[in-house]
Amino acid sequence: MRFLRQVYAILGKELAIEWRTREVLSAMLVFSLLVLVIFNFAFELQGVDILVLGPGLLWVAICFSGILGLGRSFARERDKGSLEGMLLAPVDRGAIFLAKATANFIFIVLMEAVTLPLFVILFNVPIMWFPLVGYIILGTLGFSAIGTLLSAIAASTRMREVMLPVLMFPVLVPLLVAAVKITQGALQNLPFSDYQGWFTLLVAYDIIFVTAAFLTFEYVVEE
Amino acid sequence: MIETLGLEKTYGVRQALKNTTLTIEAGQVVVLAGPNGAGKSTLLKILATLARPTRGRVAVNRIEIPDGAMKARATIGYVGHQTLLYDELSIYENLRYYGRLYALGGLDARILEVSRQVGIDKRLDDTIRTLSRGYQQRVALARALLHNPRVLLFDEPWTGLDQNSSIVLTGLFEKARGDGATVLFSSHEFERSLVAADRALIMRNGRIIYDGARSEWTDAAGFAQLYAGRLAQAAEQADKRGGTAKKKA
Repeated sequence: MRFLRQVYAILGKELAIEWRTREVLSAMLVFSLLVLVIFNFAFELQGVDILVLGPGLLWVAICFSGILGLGRSFARERDKGSLEGMLLAPVDRGAIFLAKATANFIFIVLMEAVTLPLFVILFNVPIMWFPLVGYIILGTLGFSAIGTLLSAIAASTRMREVMLPVLMFPVLVPLLVAAVKITQGALQNLPFSDYQGWFTLLVAYDIIFVTAAFLTFEYVVEE
Repeated sequence: MIETLGLEKTYGVRQALKNTTLTIEAGQVVVLAGPNGAGKSTLLKILATLARPTRGRVAVNRIEIPDGAMKARATIGYVGHQTLLYDELSIYENLRYYGRLYALGGLDARILEVSRQVGIDKRLDDTIRTLSRGYQQRVALARALLHNPRVLLFDEPWTGLDQNSSIVLTGLFEKARGDGATVLFSSHEFERSLVAADRALIMRNGRIIYDGARSEWTDAAGFAQLYAGRLAQAAEQADKRGGTAKKKA
């Protein structure tokens, strides 16, 4: 119970600060919109092309802008020394991770809530919202968890803006490939069995990396 | 109460603390003096559970750390070089947030009590970024006192404090002494810090080179003289040790 109350307190603080500054959300939104607009002008995709290449473009936009937001997650804490404040308190380090990862997940989902409709409009893609939104949320779950852990590592380095993508992309490869393949399947209205393997990989990735990030977070933030 | 035995801390090849043994009883207010890089902040961070010792034993309120760090944290109040506050939140929101991390009951009443203690109770709704450095330091003090800690660790607490805030801080030390809490703080400002202290430690190159009671100096000028003398003596001894080592080599 105490654990959950602490998670709630940290999460509430994260949301309150973001509500006042809109620092993370605005940066992510502007970046994802720019990526989609640039792709729209750069590639003239039509018909089958968009159903094959579109998911890749969508996930590139989500991934790049998501990393931009994740970078601020711990950098903000380190700048002000407030991470030390949390570490001084008798708070389970898992509670800090859970709250931070949940906040990042919420910010990225909000960004996706704008990015996905824009993708549909710009690229004129007919989509089945129900399964696709679920798959994107599933991908975002693993992305937020591993991003939160790596953001904590990167924030303690000198070149943190560079370090986060360098650390994150190699780890993200299985998630991104699975997410793109599933999105392709959903956009092309293929039967679920055609991309079930990728779906299983994505679920396994989420379970493994959420658990691993939760368990190792303590060793990342403590000396 | 603070106890360390043979405490050592190494960062890469640099030894920040060397064989530090120390006992500070409950109710004592102790000033930690020394030049930059002497190991004062490292010692305070280890005691605050923010850093792990490389070797040696540490106990705060008879709780061994780092093993019992989680339990010890509830009894430690720490103010470091940074205020550890969130600029975007108000004083009240910051204190409420930290109070919830410490799972405190009757939080609003406690916030009001510590706010009055440090003189910020009239500005609870002000956001941190609108406050002067001195006021922010007062909020940092309130944050450290919120959970009624038995050990107070302050790293250069006079930084940015004006005369009034300085009086508030001295008052806090006196109250802590009266309540039987242990206070250890580092400071370069002898004039202000020695008023509050009843014991002084001088550190140089990771070692405690002086440990004396209030009766051993009369005023700040007297302590400054003692401080300079001890540092010169320690430097001379270090030179001699260096010379002997070279000859042996």
